[in-house]
Amino acid sequence: MTIVRLACLSLFILLASCSSEQNDPYPASERGKNILYAAFTERPKHLDPAQSYTEDEYTFTEQIYEPPLQYHYLKRPYTLIAATADTVPVPRYFDAKGKALTADAPTEDIARSVYEIRIRPGIRYQPHPAFAVDDAGKPLYIDNDRGKLRGIATIADFAHSGSRELVADDYIYEIKRLAHPRLHSPIFGMMAGRIVGLKELGAALQRAAQDQPEETWLDLDRFALEGVTRVDRYTLRITLAGKYPQFVYWLAMPFFAPVPREVDRFYSQPGMAEKNLTLDWYPVGTGPYMLTENNPNSRMVLARNPNFHAETYPCEGEAGDRAAGLLADCGKALPLIDRAIFSREKESIPYWNKFLQGYYDASGISSDSFDQAVRLNVSGDVQLSEEMRERGIRLLTSVRPSTYYMGFNMLDPVVGSRDGVGEQRSVKLRQALSIAIDQEEFISIFMNGRGVAAMSPLPPGIFGYRQGEAGIDPVVYDWVDGKAKRKPVEAARKLLAEAGWPDGRDAKTGAPLVLNLDTTSGGMGDKSHVDWLTRQFGKLDIQLVVRATDFNRFQEKLRKGAVQLYFLGWNADYPDPENFFFLLAGAESKVAHGGENTSNYASPEFDRLFAEMKDMDSGQQRLAIISRMNRLLQQDAPWIFGFHPTSYTLGHAWLHNRKPTDVGNNSLKYQRIDVALREAQRRAWNEPVLWPLAVGVLVLLSVVLPAFVSYRRRERGTARS
Amino acid sequence: MLAYLVRRLLYAIPILIGVNLITFALFFIVNTPDDMARMQLGVKRVTAEAIAKWKVERGYDKPLFINAQAAGAGVLTDTIFFAKSARMFVGDFGRAEDGRDIAREIRTRMGPSLAIALPTFILGLMVTISFALLLAFFRASPLDFWGVVLCVALMSISGLFYIIGGQFLISKLWRLVPISGYSGGLDAWKFLILPVLIGIVSGIGSSARWYRTIFLEEINKDYVRTARAKGLSELAVLFGHVLRNAMIPILTGVVVVIPLLFMGSLLTESFFGIPGLGSYTIDAINAQDFAVVRAMVFIGSVLYIVGLMLTDISYTFVDPRIRFE
Repeated sequence: MTIVRLACLSLFILLASCSSEQNDPYPASERGKNILYAAFTERPKHLDPAQSYTEDEYTFTEQIYEPPLQYHYLKRPYTLIAATADTVPVPRYFDAKGKALTADAPTEDIARSVYEIRIRPGIRYQPHPAFAVDDAGKPLYIDNDRGKLRGIATIADFAHSGSRELVADDYIYEIKRLAHPRLHSPIFGMMAGRIVGLKELGAALQRAAQDQPEETWLDLDRFALEGVTRVDRYTLRITLAGKYPQFVYWLAMPFFAPVPREVDRFYSQPGMAEKNLTLDWYPVGTGPYMLTENNPNSRMVLARNPNFHAETYPCEGEAGDRAAGLLADCGKALPLIDRAIFSREKESIPYWNKFLQGYYDASGISSDSFDQAVRLNVSGDVQLSEEMRERGIRLLTSVRPSTYYMGFNMLDPVVGSRDGVGEQRSVKLRQALSIAIDQEEFISIFMNGRGVAAMSPLPPGIFGYRQGEAGIDPVVYDWVDGKAKRKPVEAARKLLAEAGWPDGRDAKTGAPLVLNLDTTSGGMGDKSHVDWLTRQFGKLDIQLVVRATDFNRFQEKLRKGAVQLYFLGWNADYPDPENFFFLLAGAESKVAHGGENTSNYASPEFDRLFAEMKDMDSGQQRLAIISRMNRLLQQDAPWIFGFHPTSYTLGHAWLHNRKPTDVGNNSLKYQRIDVALREAQRRAWNEPVLWPLAVGVLVLLSVVLPAFVSYRRRERGTARS
Repeated sequence: MLAYLVRRLLYAIPILIGVNLITFALFFIVNTPDDMARMQLGVKRVTAEAIAKWKVERGYDKPLFINAQAAGAGVLTDTIFFAKSARMFVGDFGRAEDGRDIAREIRTRMGPSLAIALPTFILGLMVTISFALLLAFFRASPLDFWGVVLCVALMSISGLFYIIGGQFLISKLWRLVPISGYSGGLDAWKFLILPVLIGIVSGIGSSARWYRTIFLEEINKDYVRTARAKGLSELAVLFGHVLRNAMIPILTGVVVVIPLLFMGSLLTESFFGIPGLGSYTIDAINAQDFAVVRAMVFIGSVLYIVGLMLTDISYTFVDPRIRFE
């Protein structure tokens, strides 16, 4: 009976060791602490501000780096405010002879725009070994050789750290880094055409990098940048070629965050990169948080920057913010959370279940968990499910500044003909398809209703977007009973017949109209999507051939203009209509110029209006031009306007001050956790269920004991028995 | 034996070159250097000039296999294939396409992979061998019948089902261990217990049936009858004689996978959030990171060759009649 005794003892020990929250994935030492728990799916590729350009990366970089400007957390439409700058800079304009011009001077007269940015004194960097100095003021960790790095595995292994004040030179250094040949900043090409002298700097740095051994430090201070100069310790001046009002938005992105020269030098020492001791791995900034643990395979930890400058929670927002409790922390010093721990969750099921157990403070809603999280009521409005409401979970929604569309290649002779009669046929064909493809149905079936049908390239929240009758696409919709109603298929069939394809057949030859859609094998290439699309085209008796391929081949086809129809989307860099309309500007044509206009749409009228609109300040005049541009696009229909996705986020009752922000991502500093409530809820939700253990042991015993008895009997039995 | 091992090691060199060549060809059929550059630089606002610069810096501006412009040995050596492959043979894996050191990443991720793979392997082997011996002992009894039925049922279920089912029952419903996550040191046990348990249970079915067949073949042989006739207990007969003589087929399947335990498990690591080498490989494939894919395939090949050699060596330990000549 020794086995039975041992089993009972093991079971007793096992049961005794099971406490409440046995499934807590975090160390017990973290309980009761002011920590936000979140998850990330994709490991950030870059944390260097000159390279980082995706939302996954901004989740981290925007908490660490501080560009001169930021977006107001609560106000909508999105409003730029100062971050480290003392105010939002107003450009001064000069003509080719250097004569100052007024703000309303004609764009063609403006040769240069000058932005003078003054940084607030007293802002200090996070503690970092790059700033550590000895008693004589000499840097402690410069001129290291590989031997001195023995025993150093992470940035925390350096015994000393220091800090220093933020100065204008740090911003200048970072702007120069955009031209660094080894960094491959994604915006270098674009900014080289804007910032005076940046292109020349890029060429000079390229030559210098070739002349010196690989992986040696390239001191950017040795190279002048004509368009970016230091006025005084706290002021820098940026000179742009021509007029570019959208430049201020770039000043709110990490590309323009400060990087101190000594940090660049520190990380450029031999042996550093081999240990992942780079700015790309351990960012250095003046922001509210610093990255104290970087294991992008498992978890990343942001901790409060002890040197963060004075900044308080906003006291004004948009209508409804007060009622939503978003102004309750007005005037409180930021940040409100001490640490943020981001764990990597590659699969949606564990992520969702840990959120329901209270181990993540917020979560998105994957398609797997959509039905569990929300319900659509009879009027089509989205509501939280009963289970979510019982848990006190809140639902936050916002329409993202993105647009998805099916584009026509305007170089294709069928859908994009530009010669007289042929052009009219193509236009009517495109309009007919715009009517026939039911975007509302697509949103309902494939996106669980999480989207808004697009009437133009502009999503809600972007200047120029208009609601109501004035905002509808009159080619596709009628305004009926105060709502936009898609035109009947008969209208599309009529247009198709006028185009010369009655019932989907060529009026002269009788040949069926066959169109090809190029797409990636995921997304629109999925069988369910293909079936749905085939039905939509079938409404007009048009035969659709879907050519699904991998992402690279798809991009190659777009570059060569070897597509007829394609499906794409665009996420805004900044909340300005220019950032959407440029996708259809002739100068951005993909085939001719390698730009972002994948439809290769070329309309002199549109280009003229675009050139006029992009440099204007937002106002009635600009609005009128945008309306004309929208009407032009709706008539020409180079895109079948798809949808603007809506993001759904769930937050637990203990998470406060969370407001969806799709442009500025530095929202962590505003959020607050009610730690006591979280602890209580976690305890209540995670009481372990122990009876299955006992049952398991009993089942095991019920198998093992008879086997044991049988074995003993055989052993003791005689050969005859 | 030394001569045999040296000969096997020499054979390994052309095999590794061949594997590398095939990896290269397959990867570059699907991805051109331009595609890789676009994947690394992003798709927004990337200029042709930036792509060209990226390729030059990473050495992807050269021809793949033959450089007709070069002179002498440069025809073969001044190519992407040579430049990227040669260093691997001296253990230098270089940097990933995002600039991070591959060897360091492998060292960091090896621990978590082994933390799951080793206990799953050792405990799994113990459990399946014991279970198979039990079935062999109770052969032709109801216990054997239902044991085989259980094995067939277990091997019929997909591995993904075990993972999702295990997470649902043990972590979500009964709340006994965390659903996913990983922690170093002593705290690791609570994250490992579920994936290890699932790994063992999901492997019992096929392994136990296979081992049972091997044991049944042995159990009726004369030497077993002799052992019983000597008065040995059934336990001593099973573990001391049957198991030992059935080791050759078991070792053939088992020893070869020991070195590959380093490579981690793609599915388990992904679902349990274990930052091991399995998820590293999958991430690299998704990111079209050729440097990492190439390094992982190379290491996998080396480990497989080592595993085969270890298998051969292990035969000499369990069967003294085997000699390497």
